[in-house]
Amino acid sequence: MSEYRDPELAKKYLEEIKKTVSQPWSIMEVCGGQTHSLVKNGIIDMLPKEVTMIHGPGCPVCVTPLNIIDKAIHLALEENVILCSFGDMLRVPGSKKNLLEAKAEGADVRILYSPLEAVRIAEDNPDKEVVFFAVGFETTAPANALSVIHAHRKKLKNYSILASHVLVPPAIKAVIDDEESKIDGFLAAGHVCTIMGNVEYHPLSAEYKVPIVITGFEPLDVLQGILMVLRQLEESKAQVENQYSRIVKEEGNPEAQKMIHTVFEVKNQIWRGIGEIPDSGYQVRPEFADFDAKRKFQIEIPEAPENPDCISGQIMKGLKKPFECSQFGKKCKPTNPLGAPMVSSEGACAAYYHFSGLVEA
Amino acid sequence: MTDKKIRMQLQCPMPKLDFDVITLGHGSGGVLTNKLLDSGVFDLLSNPILDERHDGAVFQLEGKMAFSTDSFLVSPIFFPGGNIGELAVNGTVNDLAMCGAIPKYLSLSFIIEEGLKVSEFWDILVAIKVACSAAGVNVVTGDTKVVEKGKGDKIFINTSGVGSIHPKAKISSKNIKAGDKVIVSGNIASHGMAIMSVREGLEFDSEILSDTINLNHTISGLLDTFGENIHLLTDPTRGGIATVLKETAQSINLGIDMAQRDLPIDNQVASACELLGLDPIYVANEGLFIAFVDASIADDFLETLQKDENGKNAKIIGTVTEEHPKQVIMESAIGGKRVVSMLPGEQLPRIC
Repeated sequence: MSEYRDPELAKKYLEEIKKTVSQPWSIMEVCGGQTHSLVKNGIIDMLPKEVTMIHGPGCPVCVTPLNIIDKAIHLALEENVILCSFGDMLRVPGSKKNLLEAKAEGADVRILYSPLEAVRIAEDNPDKEVVFFAVGFETTAPANALSVIHAHRKKLKNYSILASHVLVPPAIKAVIDDEESKIDGFLAAGHVCTIMGNVEYHPLSAEYKVPIVITGFEPLDVLQGILMVLRQLEESKAQVENQYSRIVKEEGNPEAQKMIHTVFEVKNQIWRGIGEIPDSGYQVRPEFADFDAKRKFQIEIPEAPENPDCISGQIMKGLKKPFECSQFGKKCKPTNPLGAPMVSSEGACAAYYHFSGLVEA
Repeated sequence: MTDKKIRMQLQCPMPKLDFDVITLGHGSGGVLTNKLLDSGVFDLLSNPILDERHDGAVFQLEGKMAFSTDSFLVSPIFFPGGNIGELAVNGTVNDLAMCGAIPKYLSLSFIIEEGLKVSEFWDILVAIKVACSAAGVNVVTGDTKVVEKGKGDKIFINTSGVGSIHPKAKISSKNIKAGDKVIVSGNIASHGMAIMSVREGLEFDSEILSDTINLNHTISGLLDTFGENIHLLTDPTRGGIATVLKETAQSINLGIDMAQRDLPIDNQVASACELLGLDPIYVANEGLFIAFVDASIADDFLETLQKDENGKNAKIIGTVTEEHPKQVIMESAIGGKRVVSMLPGEQLPRIC
């Protein structure tokens, strides 16, 4: 890993960036992993003042709709349900409480690293309903799909997923379409492209005349990605380039895509803080309805209003910086988040909070 | 398992009992409790004070004392590199050592969930005995309670301890001044990742071992040589080194500068952290300490510490500064600067 964190190389990239830039540019890193890397490594302060990084909606935890979180909490509190989830969903605020609080009330909530573990838990607990909270971008979709395929093959009657999958390219399109947005170029998320390939980005780049560079997550990846976007901008080019070519292939991973398409179909999806984006999510196909927690449990929970003080939508569209929020570091802290970007370490607000010295003294 | 532990277990075969699991009755204070304790607990931990079998321990102590307590709830109770028993002894022994004390006596309380296998309880007791012998401390009083199934997690242990302050020790954060060097005694994050690896069912190429160990002899030796030039000793257990450094910076109203490249970490542990999206500076440690020492002795201190088995990976990781009071600033691997803050709640693994 150290080869992607070499301080000498970093210096070279930074010098190159300074040489390249002749005017102000705004670049959005779409993925929360990149936001985290930018802030954790102190990159934002190392960039010349002409370069503004705007932190995109690429934190799946942050954009999972409030209503789905309420549903997950409701399910978790059911007597015979084991709710399995990735760890960072647990602190995300629902309308009344979060999953950690539900756990403290007695809900059986388990933190897993892979949905396949949840399938095993379902096998071991035939008298319980095991629900996996399947959240994430295209990156986690293949494993979530595979868990359904496995459960189907094993004829399990007690496994289902509560799916809230979001897709990156439609979100980029929505961000560009937003009238207030002033983004000149994009770093696209390397991990997502590992699965889906680069194909979907070419029409975006061509239609909107924006450079899109598929970028990794290590500090040097991010610096190189920024440099590649800047070079295109300065030369008035707009194309898709692949910084992360050591991992990402043009066509992505066809096997993984096959798994996704077997289990999921594309649908309109609500993004917390942003609203509905057409064709930007996955839902379980009707053939696998038995494994779809939404159909299986038919939970009706009324839509709750968001905390009116939270401006997460504007932050995720890049219209405001976290410290421009009146509640940032005041009412809203990682220990008491008003909105999701303050929860996950990949959320822009939490990243700023952790690494900017705004700490409870 | 170390040779010493294997030898000890051969010497301490489990006593023959007419029960295999611990039940509520074993905590009642009646016949069953006595049966359990007489079966070997007292023999195993025997010393003149404990052997009195009175309501409390009676002993003589002179001079300035340190007193500390800690509860141990680790799950799983057996983990690569140790078990809850030695952790409970080493934890309190090390807390005393951090105060500059020479640990002497411990209390030992068990809260057992019914259904714990006697064989597991025995393994824990043997580990306690081995750890006490290694640290040179005696268990002088104790208690056993049993709770219903579902009201505990196999076994919880509380230990408290007393020790007399080393004659040369003058440990207080008030003694820290700008220019002091911050030294960590070994590789960070090993214990936390050892626990994570079993808890999360993760397998790595080679096993990550917890580094639970008593540090009192190491500390005592350092105090003999460096005395009051050692300004503060602290063990970065829960919350990791970041939390300890941030807490210290806040309490002394000075800043700490550090650099990521100086942090000693095992490659395997670093990769495991990477994989799970955890930041090693927030991962729990055992058998590790951080020392704030006068700059004039820092190099000698490091050299001495590195000759000790418990300090062979020790490194200077930072410097106390008057700049940015209360803030810990870490230079990132690529030369950027970031503020190190405390861990909010649990460190939760990320999705991607």
